[in-house]
Amino acid sequence: MQIARVIGTVVATQKHRKFEGAKLLLVQPVTLDDKPRGTPLLAIDSVGAGVSEKVLVVLEGRAAGEALGRKAAPVDAAIVGIIDSMDIQE
Amino acid sequence: MQLAKVIGDVVVTCKDDNLTGIKLLVLQPIAADGSHAGRTLVAVDAVGAGVGETVFFVRGKEASFPFYPVEVPADAGIVGIVDHYDVEPM
Repeated sequence: MQIARVIGTVVATQKHRKFEGAKLLLVQPVTLDDKPRGTPLLAIDSVGAGVSEKVLVVLEGRAAGEALGRKAAPVDAAIVGIIDSMDIQE
Repeated sequence: MQLAKVIGDVVVTCKDDNLTGIKLLVLQPIAADGSHAGRTLVAVDAVGAGVGETVFFVRGKEASFPFYPVEVPADAGIVGIVDHYDVEPM
């Protein structure tokens, strides 16, 4: 799983039917000190996250499909948690 | 999933049987600000996208799920056409 920050929302009318009713968010993976890492990606939201929140993202198809609750869905990323706080030692 | 701009199409006559009838498009992945993000690639189209449109695509085996039960040999697939997206600066 990766830590990311939600930076935007995406609206798509024409999409694969397995996406119907799913919320799509643009997330920017971040490092532990909250710096952007890599390019932003789209993730399905299964926990009700909002823009500017720090979230936990799975980047793997099977896990993302399970988060969506649909088998064989063509997804590869899903938000599975909203981070309240992090405590890093050292 | 990632945002991309459809920049072209590909015609392939001699191909795997399971790719028959499937549209292949050339994608340029883009960042949230519309700038290029990474190398261009060819993706199968599951939603009827066209050149010039902004789409989102999935990487990996999940790209073949929209064509189930046909096992399409693809590693990238367009699964939605973006109407619009909003980004808030981090």
